[in-house]
Amino acid sequence: MKALALVASLVTGAILLYGTMDFPAWGDPQSPAATHLATYFIENAVEETHVPNLVTAVLGDYRGYDTMFETVVIYCAGLAVISVLRRSRKP
Amino acid sequence: MKEVRARAEGRKIGESLIIQTAVRILVPFIQIFGLYVIVHGHYSPGGGFQGGVILGASFVLLALAYDLKFSLTHMSERVNLIFGNCGALIFVGTGVLTALFGGLFLDYSALDKLIPLGPIEWRSFGIFIVEVGVGLAVMSIMASLFWDLSSDGELDEGL
Repeated sequence: MKALALVASLVTGAILLYGTMDFPAWGDPQSPAATHLATYFIENAVEETHVPNLVTAVLGDYRGYDTMFETVVIYCAGLAVISVLRRSRKP
Repeated sequence: MKEVRARAEGRKIGESLIIQTAVRILVPFIQIFGLYVIVHGHYSPGGGFQGGVILGASFVLLALAYDLKFSLTHMSERVNLIFGNCGALIFVGTGVLTALFGGLFLDYSALDKLIPLGPIEWRSFGIFIVEVGVGLAVMSIMASLFWDLSSDGELDEGL
């Protein structure tokens, strides 16, 4: 059974590695990821938000919804740990 | 020799004058650096998450160098929870406020109707408000996670 699992993971890894051969080159400006929205952000983000740091502009404004739920996820993790572990203090 | 050993055994494990003094000097600078990372996120790498983690790490450092009780005297459990809730509320509240003022959810330029700064300046300032909220929430959750996990939720002894 262990040998089967090893073979299965090796085959899956080989398929995934084979799939990476179709990827565009590292930093290729013509790759699909760089031609869709990235050019819009690079050209317009500073005029539209007056934030020189594009990462902050995208994170806080264009993808504010995503950042909000990241915060909520961390908040929920904290609440879960508190509700599971913390015991009420004896008076 | 016997006297030295007796004195050493009387102390708690890991308690060291050098480390405690170094931490006491370092912690204010770490906290100022955390605030800087939050506030300067518009111009340099950084932002709410990173700055919040640095601020939370300063309390973890206090708890490691002294003990958990000592770090709780600097940031009490109750205040910490209030900070965490406020942080999450600031973010969500900003979104709700923008929706109430007629914009899309989290479209900060709608807040221009509240205080006329100009819609583009509001988008910049809205990001800042939101980053402060993220920083508060992350700081409080980081410290509270460490306190709870290191003391089994008792908040007395800790590491």
